[in-house]
Amino acid sequence: MSKIISLVCGIIFGIGLTVSEMIDPAKVLGFLNIFIDWDPSLAFVMIGALIISSPFFHLFKNNKKPIFAKSFNYTTNKEINKKLIIGSSLFGAGWGLAGLCPGPAIASLALLNINSATFVVAMFVGFYLAKLSEPTTHAR
Amino acid sequence: MNIVNFTPISAFLGGSLIGLAVVIFFVFNGRLIGISGIASNFLTSKNNRFDNFLFIAGVITGPILYKFFTSQEINISISNSFYLLAVAGLLVGVGTRIGGGCTSGHGISGMGRFSLRSIIATITFMIVGILTVLVKNLI
Repeated sequence: MSKIISLVCGIIFGIGLTVSEMIDPAKVLGFLNIFIDWDPSLAFVMIGALIISSPFFHLFKNNKKPIFAKSFNYTTNKEINKKLIIGSSLFGAGWGLAGLCPGPAIASLALLNINSATFVVAMFVGFYLAKLSEPTTHAR
Repeated sequence: MNIVNFTPISAFLGGSLIGLAVVIFFVFNGRLIGISGIASNFLTSKNNRFDNFLFIAGVITGPILYKFFTSQEINISISNSFYLLAVAGLLVGVGTRIGGGCTSGHGISGMGRFSLRSIIATITFMIVGILTVLVKNLI
């Protein structure tokens, strides 16, 4: 059952990115362009997502287990450190350059766009490079 | 500053669907949606690999189903510079892993749980994204 849920959630997520037009890098770049011609739409995407999801996090916080899995499985990392700021800054720079973040980039593969594919391949190379560098940071 | 291309209703509706996916994934599978985490774990970790694969396959299927059922074209405009896309993709890949999340993981799943770590991450990538666009427009 968890497999079906994963697929269905992916589909709903992909449709959400399409309906909200976040799949279009121009829309995202319009949101980030606050000083000249600002398109505030993306803020409404986040508000919609948070209004729906936030109450459930708090309702289910004290539940012992999810419906189709043995236990809840997510990070409880609360650390606010240099890694968080540096990583988020690098991400922000890439986001501002192309107007793509991981979700919309992957969803836009559906459009068989060679430029989306280039971005996604580079992003996966980035995931891999970050993973490679992990053991050395732990050894320190 | 001028307000342009503002589409609050479709943005809110699409955002609500994204929120719904986050809720279902959490309540049923006990996991939080963060696309950078799901995609990179699919690449580098054996844990939940098939679940992660199905989720990513779903994200790609979503727009196809939308197009099929609404018969509407999905138009995007994206840079066609190979170097810009390659550099941006690398930055997004490395950055989201070092920072532990992206727009979905920190911006929705994390902020929805009122995680201070995620709120700070979101503010950081928003500010740097805004500055990047500002500098790009000046060049």
